[in-house]
Amino acid sequence: MIHLVKLLEAALFASPRPVPVEELTALASEASPAEIASALDALRVHYDVDGHGVELAEIGGGWQILTRAEYTEAIERAQLAARPQRLSAAALETLAIIAYRQPIGRMEVEEIRGVAVGSILKSLQERALIDVVGRAEGLGRPLLYGTTPLFLEQFALRHLEELPRADELAIALRPAPQPL
Amino acid sequence: MGAVMTEEQARGPQVGVHAESVTIVMEAVPVVAPVQPVSFLVDLPAYAGPLDLLLSLIRDEKVDIYDIPIAHIARQFLLRVRVLQLNDAAEYLELAARLLRIKAQMLLPRHGEMEKWEDPRAELVRRLLEYQQMREVVDILERRGDERRSRFARAWLQESGESVAAPLSLSLGELLTAVDRILRVTREPTVHTIVARTLDVAGAIAMVRSVIAERRNARWGELVARDAEPWQILSMLLALLELAKLGELRLAQPRPFASVEIEHDSSGEAA
Repeated sequence: MIHLVKLLEAALFASPRPVPVEELTALASEASPAEIASALDALRVHYDVDGHGVELAEIGGGWQILTRAEYTEAIERAQLAARPQRLSAAALETLAIIAYRQPIGRMEVEEIRGVAVGSILKSLQERALIDVVGRAEGLGRPLLYGTTPLFLEQFALRHLEELPRADELAIALRPAPQPL
Repeated sequence: MGAVMTEEQARGPQVGVHAESVTIVMEAVPVVAPVQPVSFLVDLPAYAGPLDLLLSLIRDEKVDIYDIPIAHIARQFLLRVRVLQLNDAAEYLELAARLLRIKAQMLLPRHGEMEKWEDPRAELVRRLLEYQQMREVVDILERRGDERRSRFARAWLQESGESVAAPLSLSLGELLTAVDRILRVTREPTVHTIVARTLDVAGAIAMVRSVIAERRNARWGELVARDAEPWQILSMLLALLELAKLGELRLAQPRPFASVEIEHDSSGEAA
């Protein structure tokens, strides 16, 4: 068990991205998924209880070691690492619409936001938060966009279902139009 | 628009209540009937779009979203568009036009049965609700994004998507297959007829031997004429290498590209 906890810690430390449980399981073939889960739990408790500068977080469909928020400013002041830039309100609106309605085309996003979003889509795509996931059947076969795993990661979401369902929001959104 | 402004002035100073951002004081331009110039104090939040502006108007004016007083809201909307100098933003003007259209529709007399009458505001309300719901999601994303941003993962800056290139490992077979593939796609090679000039290595050896027998040493430049043809140069090179191999000569080059020094090898004789 101790060995497994250390192995997982080393693997999580080595990876710059959240590591999905399946990959952690593949790492230690002799361990059952339940053992992996309890080892992850032991590592999380170890960080939290024994008092470490890092914590274990479940993010974007995987596990990741992150520094604790209270040290962010000091780290940034020493220029050891920099926080990624915040997205503009316009970019967040666009991202929110895509997250809920994906796959969705540019026109539909523009209809909801009431403004042109061409350049915003491009910059969101450059930041790898969204990607083209297909083409609609209609005229001109417009591109359809969806969110990426990096989107989950940067918004600390385990999966898309972690966002409140449309009917759980204060005001219910009309259902997405059925594809013809 | 003129009438709108006049009414506005008659209503007196308009004070928008918005926190943060810039505060501007603007003199309303008297459009039709010049009353006293009125100062407008408006705080400028950054609107994400016309629906954002409209929604904050509805909030500020505390009106029921399901029963929007279109005339009043349209007036306020145009006023803010003007104050914020958004006149050149087509999207704001488009919504303004839509508001005015709804206002006009509301004024039309209603014919026939009441059930068939659809509130011209319905579509706008639906869009506003949808937009407001999306803003709710934005708030969630903003909060979670900030939470994540305040914690660093390892090598955050390297997350540009490119993976680390592994050192190249190839077997000879793979290399040959690759070469084969390239050669296969190239077109038929052009065939040149090459007239072979036989090298005269034996002749060159005889010449070097005679020179060395006489002088014990020589330089490359003395053995090969300046205007020598490639076949002569090659013959001489092969002759020198051959003689060195046989132990008759020693070849030396003090530094790269210097003239080669050729010396009779006496050690071979002694043996």
